[in-house]
Amino acid sequence: MAVLTKRAPEPPAKVPGRPALRRGRFSVVWRPRTVVVLALTALVLFVGLVVNIGRGDFPISIGEVVAVLFGGGDRGQRFIVLDLRLPQSLTGALVGGALAVSGAITQAIARNPLASPDIIGITMGASATAVFVIVIGGGFGAVGGFLTAAGLPIAALIGGLLTAFVIHGLSWRRGIQGFRLVLVGIGINAMLLAIVQWLLVVAEIHEAARATVWLTGSLNARGWEHVIPVGLALVVLVPAALVLAHGLGALQFGDDTARGLGMRVDHARSWLLVVAVGLAAVATASAGPIAFVALVAPQIAQRLVGSARPPIAASLLVGAALTVLSDVIARTAFPSPLPVGIITAVVGAPYLLYLLARHGREART
Amino acid sequence: MVSAAQHSAPEETPLSTVTPVPATATGRPPGPRRSLRGRRLVGLALLLVALVAGALLSVAVGAKPIPLDVVWDALVRPDLTLEDHIVVRSLRIPRTVLGLVAGAALGLSGALIQGHTRNPLADPGLLGINAGAAFLVVLGIYVFSVTDPLGYVWFAFAGAAAASVAVFVLGSVGRGGATPVTLALAGSAISALLGALTSAVILIDVAALDAYRFWAVGSLAGRDGEVLTNVVWFLAAGAVLALASAPALNALSLGDDVARSLGHSVRRTRILGTVAITLLAGGATAACGPIAFVGLVVPHIVRTFTGPDYRWLLPASALSGSVLLLVGDVLGRVLVRPGELQVGIVLALVGAPFFIYLVRRRKMVDI
Repeated sequence: MAVLTKRAPEPPAKVPGRPALRRGRFSVVWRPRTVVVLALTALVLFVGLVVNIGRGDFPISIGEVVAVLFGGGDRGQRFIVLDLRLPQSLTGALVGGALAVSGAITQAIARNPLASPDIIGITMGASATAVFVIVIGGGFGAVGGFLTAAGLPIAALIGGLLTAFVIHGLSWRRGIQGFRLVLVGIGINAMLLAIVQWLLVVAEIHEAARATVWLTGSLNARGWEHVIPVGLALVVLVPAALVLAHGLGALQFGDDTARGLGMRVDHARSWLLVVAVGLAAVATASAGPIAFVALVAPQIAQRLVGSARPPIAASLLVGAALTVLSDVIARTAFPSPLPVGIITAVVGAPYLLYLLARHGREART
Repeated sequence: MVSAAQHSAPEETPLSTVTPVPATATGRPPGPRRSLRGRRLVGLALLLVALVAGALLSVAVGAKPIPLDVVWDALVRPDLTLEDHIVVRSLRIPRTVLGLVAGAALGLSGALIQGHTRNPLADPGLLGINAGAAFLVVLGIYVFSVTDPLGYVWFAFAGAAAASVAVFVLGSVGRGGATPVTLALAGSAISALLGALTSAVILIDVAALDAYRFWAVGSLAGRDGEVLTNVVWFLAAGAVLALASAPALNALSLGDDVARSLGHSVRRTRILGTVAITLLAGGATAACGPIAFVGLVVPHIVRTFTGPDYRWLLPASALSGSVLLLVGDVLGRVLVRPGELQVGIVLALVGAPFFIYLVRRRKMVDI
């Protein structure tokens, strides 16, 4: 921002009071607050993970969980922690992180806090194809069983990408406008919801129940086979997002300003959207559409860091911590464990309403 | 019918900018008024024809193929020893009547919501009213073991009422007032919240899931005739309130201040309007399950030939709502034979693209 107002005479502009760290052509502004927030959120995430791993039918104390994680513990504890509970909690953390980054990107692109992938229907697209696989797979016996296991994540991924493509195409009219994207998304969402409901009606009752669990967003019985795809997606896509997001700051001022600053606006935006959709779809494929993490986490992160737009790294950690903590509540606070998505929805929906009440005017633009 | 109306008057766009003539206006404005009146009469006549045709189709077409002359016999000289006659009289006629009544209620409530919020994208389904009804129905099934669709009615009604009040309150709380986007989003937030709670219940209780999923798609099939007799008085009261509020709505569409200076109480109009919307949308949802998009689509189509005058717009919306619901229902029966696509799904598949079309238009309709 300072660059715009100060009319800096030579390229390496200085942000007052903030030393820039440079190495070759790369530079980062030293922001102590961001670093503190990142460290604290990581700590919260770690504590949440340890608590979540400790809770269950065979309670394991926090100290013992930490011991197992660092290589100690007896065989029984190691089995429960490393083979059963760690992958489940880790899936929660990774999925939450992926959704949050996806939300941070879409919100920054649309310049609208409401444009998260679950509101605009991308996760619903992933869900619709996944439910289709569950219902069809259930109807075709053994082959279907295999199809369901292997095909679910792939189907969800394809569904999410396809939906995003359609939404993007339909909201394109000489550029993307935040509110048009959101409203087109709501329309697509409604249409997909009707398809999902119809699939639930034609399904056998136990397939319908399975699909409903999945549709709510559940971490139950997630193993390492769920951790790996999301982990890989994060490893590949988050650095890509960080690099691409370099231009997000310019997008914040509007397309024309960004162009004036030398950005290839549509190019950057398209690639960022691809990254965001990929993250949302992979996350949905692993754990179902966990509601509102993508909406809420970037907003919390933005307020913690005090930045002008949702920060990517902080969103990742906040989303992960949020999901893991919600899972702790979902698994332990009720007589029978609930899917994590119910907790995040109960927390997230009031927040969305608050956003609307508070920022009604901003939401319009 | 719309296209016919458009052919008679190719000057389509100026119409939406013609100021609505309030009920208190005297004298006859020159020029466009006359052609507008002609267009309205033609439009209404075509609507009535479509309505009769839709009703006849709905009686004539079904899962069991029955020759038209037998259907006709069942209508005019019923013989209750014949199976076909029983099918027509005890299944298809109640279904058609339900479609007529519920469609009219949904059309009216859509026109009212759009009028009161001045939001071209408003619709009872999108505004979370359906989700409210659905949640309480599930609670009814789970907590009170209601299994009879007849018993769902009251729960659906209460849920619809609570959700509509919540959305309207939230819509007016925001700093910018109720904009199209904030209302649509408040609706989807409420829907998401209630949807999660609904899933929580049906995941605990598989029996509730089994009962709920058939209610949740929105259908005219298999709804008991008694369901309609339970809600028809609410719908009638809502319709009377709605039609009576037409002059006040005309004044409101000129802006709150103008309405006040014309002697209308804005507050009273809004409260009565919310009551009417709740009665109509809640009653229809109670009877058929959640059906979205009728209330969204109908006023836009109707406005093309009635103009913005609510004294014409409201009755025409009621008629069009019936036509749309009946035609959607018949389509659902025909499209996936021998199965059936519930009308709620047919209408979502038709209505959502229409919604997107409205969003994409250069300038949203001024209401």
